[in-house]
Amino acid sequence: MSSENPAMPTLKLVQVLTGHRGRVWNISWHPEGNLLTSCGEDKIIRIWGTEGGVEGKWVVKTSLTDGHERTIREVTWSPCGNYLASASFDATTAIWDKKSGQFECNATLEGHENEVKSVSWAKSGQLMATCSRDKTVWVWEVAEEDEYECAAVLNAHTQDVKKVIWHPNDELLASASYDNTIKMFREDPADQEWTCVATLSSHTSTVWSIAFNKTGTRLASCSDDGTVKIWQVYLPGNQEGIATPDGTPVWKCVSTIAGMHSRCVYDVAWCHQTGLIATASADDVVRIFQESLDSDPNQPNFDLVASSSTNGHKQDVNCVAWHPTVAGLLASCSDDGEIRLWKFLEGTS
Amino acid sequence: MLLSLIQKSKSIMGIGENAIPASPSSPSTVPPLPNDLQSSSDKSPSSMEAHGTTQSEHKEFQELIYDYIRSIKDPEKPATLEDLHVVYEEGVQVKGVTADNVKIVRIEFNPTVPHCSLATLIGLCIRVQLERTVAHTNPFKLDIYIKKGTHNTEEEINKQINDKERIAAAMENPNLRKIVEDCIQDDD
Repeated sequence: MSSENPAMPTLKLVQVLTGHRGRVWNISWHPEGNLLTSCGEDKIIRIWGTEGGVEGKWVVKTSLTDGHERTIREVTWSPCGNYLASASFDATTAIWDKKSGQFECNATLEGHENEVKSVSWAKSGQLMATCSRDKTVWVWEVAEEDEYECAAVLNAHTQDVKKVIWHPNDELLASASYDNTIKMFREDPADQEWTCVATLSSHTSTVWSIAFNKTGTRLASCSDDGTVKIWQVYLPGNQEGIATPDGTPVWKCVSTIAGMHSRCVYDVAWCHQTGLIATASADDVVRIFQESLDSDPNQPNFDLVASSSTNGHKQDVNCVAWHPTVAGLLASCSDDGEIRLWKFLEGTS
Repeated sequence: MLLSLIQKSKSIMGIGENAIPASPSSPSTVPPLPNDLQSSSDKSPSSMEAHGTTQSEHKEFQELIYDYIRSIKDPEKPATLEDLHVVYEEGVQVKGVTADNVKIVRIEFNPTVPHCSLATLIGLCIRVQLERTVAHTNPFKLDIYIKKGTHNTEEEINKQINDKERIAAAMENPNLRKIVEDCIQDDD
């Protein structure tokens, strides 16, 4: 254990990044971890970097100002790190790249009727997904350079779709909605049609965000009902004897973290290095949960191990993102206009 | 006129993307906060400890909030929400505080008719008015609800007017924004 570690697990504030005007909705790390991107109400995408590694001071390297006419709700890097996608309330998704030497928008995905809430790339980089208040989820194929074709329009949700994410290793798509459910989709190999293969119901209000664990065997979801739920997949022929009708994998809620958040939980992030779960809540707090070592894998317990009790955000926390390579490094952003970098310290006891 | 208002109000749920170009919106005039409340955050922690002080501070905050919403104009009638008994003093309550001592405020309002489609719009006006005034200097948590049993799509509306993403998007819609600005505009 390093000497900086205190006795108890701690979330230590590393840096406060200021510059956005108004609410910051979303932050996203570059896959190599050398850049952090943020967006929000001010319609500006900011790309932050450091001099001298992640431990250095983070400053704005680039500001992209002319991409969208309304709030930018989400930004996300492609797995190769060469493209940046931004989803906006102006109903479009912009794709940015640096081929000319500086970041430029070289493609715009149009089709949603109103606000695009989320955008996500599959691991291969060949598929993307977007979702909107228009209740649809769109799957896009990356055809050629700067060419994106709509592969499917999925109408499974009955309300506003808040978030889309891809499985970490598989072409399985998950979406979270104002209709209180999570749905999963995949392409049927028989007819190349994208279909809904699972509906996860248990939350009692809007599901704001979802995150897979490293292997994609579990999914964490967070909701306006103030809870975080952990779902686990059971494959056909599983040892536990969970029925899988039609040979379709079944997602079952195996744990509910209740009574920890006093208001809506806007985001959840599952660290693929440490297994820690971070949450962003409307009670202004960033929290860290850890699975109990002795818990039953089919009924796991998650303990609150640290929170941003001091030096925290002054308003709703909207997003949390674990650094892709540096274990314990976490970014959060808030309605207070700020981005905070945190270091989770294990504790020596 | 009424029909068009109702359509526009419905568009919070399914924001009508009627392509009316955005007119440059004039910044709404915000009445200054009373001096004693502006400095409330500077109060020494010791003065907050006494239970009685917290109670009276909550009451003071409720009154401050009510002062900002009573004068909001009804979207379709030439009267204020207070005149129409849509909002009332006892409908504003500080329900408690968060771990960081941020006040949690609940506002209940009573739409004038059970099928009133303007309920979402009224909720939007209340939220925007308070975000721009009180919350600007003194952030607090706000939950808005329709008075129980007064509206036939109560739960649906409650969910919508408490979804900050939908509120934010609605306020970027030029049509809706114009209506809200007109309702919360200060005549003085």
